[in-house]
Amino acid sequence: MYSASDLRKGLKIEIDGAPWQVTDFDFCKPGKGQALYRCKMKNMISGITMDKTYRANDKIDKPTLEERDFIFSYAEGNSYIFSDNETYEEVRLDGELLGEQKWFLIENMDCKILNFNGQAIDVTLPNFVDKKITDTEPGVRGDTATNVTKGAKIDNGYEIQVPLFINEGDTIKIDTRTGEYSERVSKS
Amino acid sequence: MQSLSTLQLRSDVLRLIRTFFDGRGYLEVQTPVSVETPTLEDYIDAIPADDRWLRTSPELHMKRLVQAGHPRLFQIGPCFRAGEYGRRHRPEFTMLEWYCANAGYRDILQETQGLLQAVAAGLGRPGPLPYRNTTIDLGTCEIRTVRETFAKFAGADAAALNTTEFDRLLVETVEPRLGRDCPFYMIDYPAAMAALARTAPADPSIAERWELYVAGLELANAYSELVDPVEQRRRFEACADRRRRDGRQLYPIDENFLAALGAGMPPTAGCALGIDRLLMVFADTDDIADVIFE
Repeated sequence: MYSASDLRKGLKIEIDGAPWQVTDFDFCKPGKGQALYRCKMKNMISGITMDKTYRANDKIDKPTLEERDFIFSYAEGNSYIFSDNETYEEVRLDGELLGEQKWFLIENMDCKILNFNGQAIDVTLPNFVDKKITDTEPGVRGDTATNVTKGAKIDNGYEIQVPLFINEGDTIKIDTRTGEYSERVSKS
Repeated sequence: MQSLSTLQLRSDVLRLIRTFFDGRGYLEVQTPVSVETPTLEDYIDAIPADDRWLRTSPELHMKRLVQAGHPRLFQIGPCFRAGEYGRRHRPEFTMLEWYCANAGYRDILQETQGLLQAVAAGLGRPGPLPYRNTTIDLGTCEIRTVRETFAKFAGADAAALNTTEFDRLLVETVEPRLGRDCPFYMIDYPAAMAALARTAPADPSIAERWELYVAGLELANAYSELVDPVEQRRRFEACADRRRRDGRQLYPIDENFLAALGAGMPPTAGCALGIDRLLMVFADTDDIADVIFE
């Protein structure tokens, strides 16, 4: 159990059997009144958000969360298969759970899968992944200073904004947390 | 992090406050920071210091000085409250507290308004003050009772709420809307919410208390002080019972203070204003960290 004084931004708690993460937190104490802890939180499964206020003596459930290391094996339709490096146990997750992350998976990539009561609820990829550009307008020389961008596609069809100097066949680094271009790794 | 400009601001504001009170015949005093008997309040906890406590406010000592024959006193100094930490709170903060004999809470409201205007003028910023996406006109103010305020901003009858419902509604719905254009004084609290204030002679369900808000930020609390020793003892004992029930630390009743009331104290008004909060307004920040050095 947590008490209200444990509340802080980023804390993961359980409410009515669901895992929630505190996304914003404010300690309030009006006048001569009692301490109140105002939280904004996000459901870690559905993504819906809500506001909730706790009193100082409220108790809050701690979720049973377990993070384990997996390797991405292969995709099969909308299913993504991960295997445990030590036990060779396989976990099959669907594309909705992965969200945008599914575009950045590479075979044998190290991933972390977060489980809540034995159910996978989130996958964390390495922060950066290298991908080859398969389709974009020809590069424009010289324009490296401005932040003007153009559309491009990577091998699996994911569309990304890249600087004008990027060409087809170049390999770029993508930030998997934002899904955005980070830097050029090599030229074609 | 405190920048050079807020260091300068703090220095300027403290000087202007002293000039203001000096011009009105107030005596600046220092009372003990470590005390044997922190003021008994339902929800304020003291930090222990050796076999004593750090003061949560200088209130009881200052009232003893008023009773001893010093009708106008002010003090600027540190106060300490256990467990209070957030964007508008620190366990250690700087309080301005002043007392005026033969005055009531309405008188000290006018004086507080005058203080805000004097500080703004002294800083060379007498005009409308930009703060948190709004503009505050310190030249005027809005005064509304607690019941009017709750009816207007929350559609609720404050007199029908228990203290938890009251605090919740205040924090979630009412406070953020107070003082968007000019200082807002919320006056006349339910009697149960003012342990050290006098009840209104015409209506004992109302305590002569107000709180000042600027753009949702609570700046000051004021009372017509309770000077009846029998009633004050009864309230301290009732408060101690509630603290015991809630599992909070108990503090001894301050017998020196009650003895002073017993010796006869003039009707007095008192106000406590958070200096760090006031600096937040002039520095246009909603994070107390920006105006303190820590």
